[in-house]
Amino acid sequence: MSPAAGQLAISRRQFLIAGAGVAGSLVIGLPLPATSAEDSDRMIGFFVQIEADGQIIIGSNQPEIGQGIKTGLPMLIAEELDVEWANVSVRQMPLGILKTETGFAWKYGGQGVGGSTGMTDNWDFMREIGATARGQLIRAAAARIGVPESQCRTKPGFVVCSSLGTEIPYGDLVEEAARLGLPEESPPLKAKADYRIIGTRRDTIDALDIVTGRANYGIDTLQPDMRYAVIQRAPVLNATVKSFDASAARRVAGVLDVFKIDGPAMGEPYAILASGVAVVATSTWAAMQGRAALEIEWNESASENDSSERFWAENEEMLKGDGQVVLDEGDFTSAMASASKQVRHQYRVPFVSHAPLEPQNCYVYVQEDGCDVIAPTQMPSGASRAAAAVTGISREKIRVEMTRIGGGFGRRLTNDYVAEAAMISKRTGWPIKLVWSREDDVKNDFYRPAGLHEMQAGLNDDGKLTAWTQRLVSASKYYRRPNMPDEELYGAELYVDDFPRNIIDNVRLEYFHNPIGIPRGSWRAPAHTANAFVIQSFIDEIAHETGQDPLQLRLDIYGEEREIPYANHGADTFNPGRLSRLVKFVAEKIGYGKELPQGRGIGLASHFTFGGYAAHAIEVTVADGKLTIERIVAAIDCGLAVHPNAVDAQLQGGTIDGLSTALGLEITVKDGQIEQSNFHNYPLAKIAAFPASFETHILPYNDQPTGVGEIGLPTAAPALTNAIFAASGIRIRSLPIADQLKA
Amino acid sequence: MVSFKINSKAVTFDGDQNTPLLWVIRDALNMTGTKFGCGIGLCGACTVHVDGKAQRSCVTPVLAIDGRSITTIEGLASSDDKLHPVQQAWLEHDVPQCGYCQTGQIMATVDFLKKYPKPSDEDIDKNMTNICRCGTYVRIRKAIHRAAELSTAGGEE
Repeated sequence: MSPAAGQLAISRRQFLIAGAGVAGSLVIGLPLPATSAEDSDRMIGFFVQIEADGQIIIGSNQPEIGQGIKTGLPMLIAEELDVEWANVSVRQMPLGILKTETGFAWKYGGQGVGGSTGMTDNWDFMREIGATARGQLIRAAAARIGVPESQCRTKPGFVVCSSLGTEIPYGDLVEEAARLGLPEESPPLKAKADYRIIGTRRDTIDALDIVTGRANYGIDTLQPDMRYAVIQRAPVLNATVKSFDASAARRVAGVLDVFKIDGPAMGEPYAILASGVAVVATSTWAAMQGRAALEIEWNESASENDSSERFWAENEEMLKGDGQVVLDEGDFTSAMASASKQVRHQYRVPFVSHAPLEPQNCYVYVQEDGCDVIAPTQMPSGASRAAAAVTGISREKIRVEMTRIGGGFGRRLTNDYVAEAAMISKRTGWPIKLVWSREDDVKNDFYRPAGLHEMQAGLNDDGKLTAWTQRLVSASKYYRRPNMPDEELYGAELYVDDFPRNIIDNVRLEYFHNPIGIPRGSWRAPAHTANAFVIQSFIDEIAHETGQDPLQLRLDIYGEEREIPYANHGADTFNPGRLSRLVKFVAEKIGYGKELPQGRGIGLASHFTFGGYAAHAIEVTVADGKLTIERIVAAIDCGLAVHPNAVDAQLQGGTIDGLSTALGLEITVKDGQIEQSNFHNYPLAKIAAFPASFETHILPYNDQPTGVGEIGLPTAAPALTNAIFAASGIRIRSLPIADQLKA
Repeated sequence: MVSFKINSKAVTFDGDQNTPLLWVIRDALNMTGTKFGCGIGLCGACTVHVDGKAQRSCVTPVLAIDGRSITTIEGLASSDDKLHPVQQAWLEHDVPQCGYCQTGQIMATVDFLKKYPKPSDEDIDKNMTNICRCGTYVRIRKAIHRAAELSTAGGEE
């Protein structure tokens, strides 16, 4: 730390807060904490560090769950900073939290990934950080050589003063640049035509570490004096520990301590998931062996009679009554009554689990004056809140570090495992790494809500849709929101501004909430996964039952490009013409309409998810009850694709997630217990399920990015089931497909 | 007491002989490239080589490897400049997403290519059973074919 820094107009630390302020996250002039190890004379703000040899170390503030954000966001900074990507390395930043007079502020901007917002929320912020740092380097160079700034420009890694023929490497300027005051106005940003990094093919920044086994995930955390913990959670949903006998567990070599963990009270929003008994030991295996030796008596649970069978029977019964009308546009009743043709079907979408491959885990060390948390979490601020709630330590003293994360899918939006680890460390005073087994994970998830959908459509003599209704009974995930009124529970299940609002004239959406003891949460592309399956299947059925072509019907419905107002998550407008473009594109690519042998068929689907657009065309063979996926063509319109490798990866991975889930995944409950436990009865699909013929296409649109993490998933399942119908005449209206094709 | 070699280094383990090799590698030897995914040998994230053959370490009791030679992902390449062709192919196709399963995928592929040096897609489908939750299968398939090319072109091993 330079002794002069404090004397100057603005400190490095303030610069970054100023940088964040540009993006609207923070304001300049917050009280500043004391200096810390993260300070370096070679840093311009918190995100940009330039070494003497020209190496650039860029901070990434968001959790990396495999979506590629740790490569994508630094690309934005590097673009505007004007450096060679080959010279860039990336440092994962911790949670940046500051105490203010009124609460807390976020030193590095908002941190957390969910809802496909990682890129869109940081698009301006990161580019402005890069551009601001570049501006500081130019000013430092101009001051040094005594010319006006206007005579200086940059080329990658250098400030260039053409009139003097001088080139100064960034590494020689950084210490001066870091001490300069900031100009009032935001820096100018590059035009799209000038991009050298944004929109280009760049490999995953951590790829070498990953393929050599050096990449660290939460579960890989090793800290001095660390102890290992596991928890035996209640087998029956929402049950609590009555009593337990730990004598055998304590005899297991390596077991250090055994004690009860309290779960949340029934009906309260879940802070931690389950009541149970914790076992702390000198190794993971010893803790697991200790757990196996526990004898626990559980209290009766209000959920012990919950079952999938009962849930689905209740859903059918509820649909016979009237639900809450959550959207009623035009005159649905008379439009349906006067329709010349009506189509009606029911669809069933099951509970599913996230099952990220890295089981939940967390390192917590509660100390007198603070708390260390190392967590694989999508929401580091939630981890901070969970640790504070458990320990009573003020949040600015809770240090949350993020590791690379072995998959998210929405599971790690909830920091229950952080709360658990904090409870165990608080109780023992030890540094604790809590590890869940796969069984713990499958049985203690916040599952995707299941629902029964009744669809009805009315058409006129020309085959045009004039009336549409969706009536949904589900177990809303919003039950966990504090103070959530019952009449708002639908909001997690039906996004009312989705298709067909403002596209079909007379629309009614109706919702019924069927509570069940199964915990629910956000599963990648939440309600879009259910609704895209239902709507894209139903459009297909309407086409077949009214003698129309499924592609042409979609094109007729979506129509030309136009902006429709949209108030649900992810966008301000919805442009159905972008769906027309995509579905037409994938249909042409796969050869839709060509002659196919007996038993072969092509299915299409397209959907608007959280601001992005996607379509799938899938070709299958169904023969003797056996399904073979022959070919997949997927396309995404995510506006400007910032990091195309990651866009391709998310489109491929989203497709595979959607298909794997549709093929064979379901969580069921019997006698209040989750029936699945591991990959033998929750069989994630393997490589053999997916064809070598698998294309992804990015269709660019204008100059702003949308998110990509969830966009490619929702249309995969209905494209598959529509293909199955085209091939075999068998209509899948209940997921998963499982053995429905067997005669 | 169990004695074995790991990445050519002699080690001993004197804890519970039924401890799965996975947890000996991770908790006792502090080598974390070998991952825990399911604990019952279904996902392959914990794949290592025992005397050169792929094995799922989460269901391998450490006593079963007494006197044997283990290779983990950390021992696959002699240095970053001399990656194994499978690792090289993984980089060329930018395979990883979250990356958690990839060390196991790579260890499984190395052994697979010994038996199927020029694999067909069908060979891959029948033999590659590791789970990737991110769905990197499209690039894994391409990288396996590429690794086969690199290996026959005279890469390491």
